[in-house]
Amino acid sequence: MQKFKTTKSIPAYLPIVNIDTDMIIPKQFLKTIKRTGLGKNLFYEMRYNEKGKPIEDFILNTSPFNDSKILIAGKNFGCGSSREHAPWALLDFGITCVISSSYADIFYNNCFKNGILPIVLPEAKIKELSEYSKRKEEIIVNLEKQKITFGNNEIDFEIDQFKKKCLIEGLDDIALSLEKNPKITEFEKKLSSNRPWIFND
Amino acid sequence: MSKTLYDKIWDDHLVHTQDDGTSLLYVDRHLVHEVTSPQAFEGLRNSNRKVRQPNLTLAVADHNVPTSDRSKGISDEESKLQVETLEKNCDEFGIKLFGMNDKRQGIVHIIGPEQGFTQPGSIIVCGDSHTATHGAFGSLAFGIGTSEVEHVLATQTLVQKKSKNFRIKVDGKLSIGVTSKDVILQIIGKIGTAGGTGYVIEYAGSLISSLSVEQRMTICNMTIEGGARAGLIEPDEKIFNYLNGRPMSPKKENWDKALNYWSKLKSDDDANFDKEVTLDGKDIMPMVTWGTSPQDVISIDGRIPNPENEADEDRKNSIERSLKYMGLKPGTAIKDVKIDKVFIGSCTNGRIEDLRDAAKIVKNKKVAQHVYAMVVPGSGLVKQQAEQEGLDKVFKDSGFDWREPGCSMCLAMNADKLKPEERCASTSNRNFEGRQGRGGRTHLVSPGMAAAAAISGSLDDVRKFQN
Repeated sequence: MQKFKTTKSIPAYLPIVNIDTDMIIPKQFLKTIKRTGLGKNLFYEMRYNEKGKPIEDFILNTSPFNDSKILIAGKNFGCGSSREHAPWALLDFGITCVISSSYADIFYNNCFKNGILPIVLPEAKIKELSEYSKRKEEIIVNLEKQKITFGNNEIDFEIDQFKKKCLIEGLDDIALSLEKNPKITEFEKKLSSNRPWIFND
Repeated sequence: MSKTLYDKIWDDHLVHTQDDGTSLLYVDRHLVHEVTSPQAFEGLRNSNRKVRQPNLTLAVADHNVPTSDRSKGISDEESKLQVETLEKNCDEFGIKLFGMNDKRQGIVHIIGPEQGFTQPGSIIVCGDSHTATHGAFGSLAFGIGTSEVEHVLATQTLVQKKSKNFRIKVDGKLSIGVTSKDVILQIIGKIGTAGGTGYVIEYAGSLISSLSVEQRMTICNMTIEGGARAGLIEPDEKIFNYLNGRPMSPKKENWDKALNYWSKLKSDDDANFDKEVTLDGKDIMPMVTWGTSPQDVISIDGRIPNPENEADEDRKNSIERSLKYMGLKPGTAIKDVKIDKVFIGSCTNGRIEDLRDAAKIVKNKKVAQHVYAMVVPGSGLVKQQAEQEGLDKVFKDSGFDWREPGCSMCLAMNADKLKPEERCASTSNRNFEGRQGRGGRTHLVSPGMAAAAAISGSLDDVRKFQN
């Protein structure tokens, strides 16, 4: 997995609440059998008109936000479907950090599996940060220090320490779990005597 | 210490817990479909890993399959490739698959229970957010992303942190014409689309236990629309009777052992819930959504809300955006809203009882002339059962299209979709922008309400059609 340590970018601000994963990547793009190439279809129906032409005033179609690595959005970001195509599309577009006051659980988890840092901040701080998007000024996100720096200000953010470690080191979840193989085997042995129907029928 | 049902299932599946609470949980049942699995299998291949327990895994193609005549295969090249990729992957990794022409094929969350693959007290996952459906059996069932699908395939476990406990109690009785779909829509309206985030919901109360197994599935199915990954209900005799004799249910002495274990699956009387909400059945009306989030609900007697009455700025903007997308004006009676299409089906409402509910309303009546209405049974077996009961004839006689099973217009990945600005009364689960087709306008309703809308040509009160 791609590591995440720090990023610096002018953030793009999407002041919409409940942005669902159907908005982030509509279903016609779920037919792929790859993880890559979805960036051009990120927010497709907000970003392109019915003829497939870019909608010029949509923020990710305008400079400098078409190069943003940080997305600031309204609360409950990523609700709806479990599709990991949503973080894949963000990542392929170049976004490695999302800032919102809350996320849907499945989306939040999916970010960490793909080297994307989802930061939770109170609404008031989101408003403050969004000014930097409007002013087209860069902000810096440092995961190690759990800090966002903007102008002369700093905001601290909270994060699960294990998830932080996995992001910073780019750890492979599956390899980590496979190290526990003896414990899994032991569990399966117990399972086949305690709840034998799980395996037998 | 007293425990909730969720606590008990969690504890019985713990393989390992780190100091910070991050846990490795054993997964008993893994359902796989074509959309969220290709990259997971590819990942296994790239790192030379095998599927740890192919026998605990069941696959089916449902999202992309055509609901018209299947004898010519799938015409859309990308859909075809995705379905063929699933077939190849299942073959290579030794996973049981219900192919497109198998009569047991259907929506993944319909076939799990139908086959007895879904069982109380088990952890069930699938790369699909509506996995919550299986919680109706007293299992801990939730949707996962593709990386987690790969993780489960390789290790038969998942890395999780524990959620909080949320109990929603519904007491009383359902009024005539009101269904479990209305119950869950009302719940989502009450708690909001993020009200359950970070929680596992247990549905309890006399009304919940009075529901049939299929009605319970409709409630648990839409748990994710209230933000919780999983929703469950204490299993009881109805559940055990439903499972008895299903192809993948426990057999002989294992059935007795299972029954013994299953009948102990309940929250302790004094178990602590971090959050509780109570509803009374008599306050629940036939519901309909007016906006682009499942929390945007009103009763069928209601009117479209006015964003000007909202104090919260975010909410006001969100209502304005929804109304613009939906082409609706504040203050309009929802019953005056004319529709173009009706969709009856999906993992929420594509089971036999749903079809019976709808058929009862449309029998000896005709679909309004300007409306196109379709029924998509949730599985081949639901379709077969409905045909044995003559429901297909009832639907066809009244002007409905009778289709082959699949996810269909719930998410419009196949050819079934709305055109821009087309308005649909739909028994599915999401009314998001573009969900049923770009620019399409979705109103979520129960099967009976969808049937009533088909006949009236506008959103209508199903109670008008009850005999």
